[in-house]
Amino acid sequence: MDLVSYEDALASYDPVMGLEVHVELGTNTKMFCGCATTFGAEPNSQVCPTCLGLPGSLPVVNATAVESAVRIGLALNCEIAEWCRFARKNYFYPDMPKNFQTSQYDEPIAFNGYLDVEVDGETFRVEIERAHMEEDTGKSTHVGGATGRIHGADHSLLDYNRAGIPLIEIVTKPIEGAGERAPEVAKAYVAELRELIRALGVSEARMELGQMRCDANVSLRPIGREKYGTRSETKNVNSLRSVERAVRFEIQRHATVLKEGGTIVQETRHFHEDDGTTTAGRVKEEAEDYRYFPEPDLVPVAPSRDWVEELRGTLPELPRVRRRRVQADWGLSDHEMQSVLNAGAIDLILETIDAGAPADAARKWWMGELSRRANEDGVELSALAITPTEVARVSALVVEGSLNDKLARQVIEGVLGGEGDPDTVVEKRGLRIVSDEGALGTAVDEAIAANPGVADKIRDGKVAAAGALVGAVMKATRGQADAARVKDLILEKLGAQG
Amino acid sequence: MPGITREEVAHLARLSRLELKDEELDHFAEQLDAIIDAVARVGEIAADDIPPTSHPLPLTNVMRPDEVRPSLTPQEALAGAPASEEQRFKVPQILGED
Ligand SMILES: [Zn+2]
Repeated sequence: MDLVSYEDALASYDPVMGLEVHVELGTNTKMFCGCATTFGAEPNSQVCPTCLGLPGSLPVVNATAVESAVRIGLALNCEIAEWCRFARKNYFYPDMPKNFQTSQYDEPIAFNGYLDVEVDGETFRVEIERAHMEEDTGKSTHVGGATGRIHGADHSLLDYNRAGIPLIEIVTKPIEGAGERAPEVAKAYVAELRELIRALGVSEARMELGQMRCDANVSLRPIGREKYGTRSETKNVNSLRSVERAVRFEIQRHATVLKEGGTIVQETRHFHEDDGTTTAGRVKEEAEDYRYFPEPDLVPVAPSRDWVEELRGTLPELPRVRRRRVQADWGLSDHEMQSVLNAGAIDLILETIDAGAPADAARKWWMGELSRRANEDGVELSALAITPTEVARVSALVVEGSLNDKLARQVIEGVLGGEGDPDTVVEKRGLRIVSDEGALGTAVDEAIAANPGVADKIRDGKVAAAGALVGAVMKATRGQADAARVKDLILEKLGAQG
Repeated sequence: MPGITREEVAHLARLSRLELKDEELDHFAEQLDAIIDAVARVGEIAADDIPPTSHPLPLTNVMRPDEVRPSLTPQEALAGAPASEEQRFKVPQILGED
């Protein structure tokens, strides 16, 4: 299928989005039982009669999860329900051994909020419909199919360690008026939400670990029309970049179908990271098919107004406010700050500064060499195999004069390549500036002896020719000399003035 | 009282992945009808001043601290499973989904 270009799509249609984000809370235990939530534990080692749905077991709500839900709601400027219930969402699928997911239906704990996001320096308000509590599902592995997909699989294997981990689902109201910026607004919203969740300390919200997952609904309507078009729901878009790409692709796909006189089917779709396209999944079950009803085994949650106000008092400095403060502290222009934000580098830089690096150096490493590496590998900065503490150590080695920039880049390359921490890489690769004046002097003497013609020119006052000798010395010391010091030595030995 | 139709029973059966024969659809429609009739009688008693109730207990906020309690061992967890493989529950091929 040849897609209508993005510009053509936007010339005729107005995109409307809805974003549903699931956040796995970082609680010690599951939503309704005391099983641990440790990531990567042995299969089915964190399960009990309650999360396996065995007869006679009874759920009890995790107090910290409710507290986290209320704090998320408050940070999203939501109203907090005075009284709300859990509900059973019934469906037949082996990822929930109970045959239902305990969720909230028409009584979410938080509702009617908003989150302001910035795109190109402009503020865009995303309205929040609701944030509700529910539980995560187990993990299926499909066996026998060629690609691990369900098609062609003989059977599936289930690990229920994740089943029952607390989830908060945050649902936006229809996002209208973003126009051509819709994909960027979607990305900025998910990024802002992630910052907020992290600032609250309720989850690490690492998308690459599935701790935060986004479903993106997209529909198009002819420009000037009020009524929404039919939407598609692209499931599990699991990086910021993918959110932007998935929305953009769906806008083009919808426009293509509509321009050819076709109709959009309401369905779920899968996003493919490799080529940025989506393909059809199952036709969406109607809401009533889930046969929601109030969960009889759990009593209602009724956050007292006093408690809600107490929790409001625990809200941290919100990411937007903090960004403004950091920009002022670092003295960055809007443009420079935007680059830092686009790169997702602000926390990393702050942590690097906390670990002892000068602010300039911390920013230079993350925005320069490390951003370049992340781009090359097509990953987010935070996914690079180097920690802020390690970057701070490299910076310290440069400050103390043990490394020059070129050597420091090699150290970083080694750390990223899994060779160990910076000191180990320096040790293993033998990367230290040759500051031994004797060794340096010998190298300079050898360079002069090997290039008599160049040496004569310098003696005659052609100082610019020293570059060739500096190059020879750097080569002889495998780049481990301080180039400025080498030049001084050469000029000194040849009696020329620098 | 409008009864449960056999189409509704077929719909529920599909959602529950139950295979019902034609005569079973009629049979269960009749039975479900009787159950709903019986439950509906409760509604006749309820007056306007009695709100719908999902929980008989006047309790709210029953919660536990976020403290880890021992789980089952994987062997115990899998003991009741009809089949298992690689320490995981083994289920038949999942149809109709992607
Ligand atoms: Zn459990």
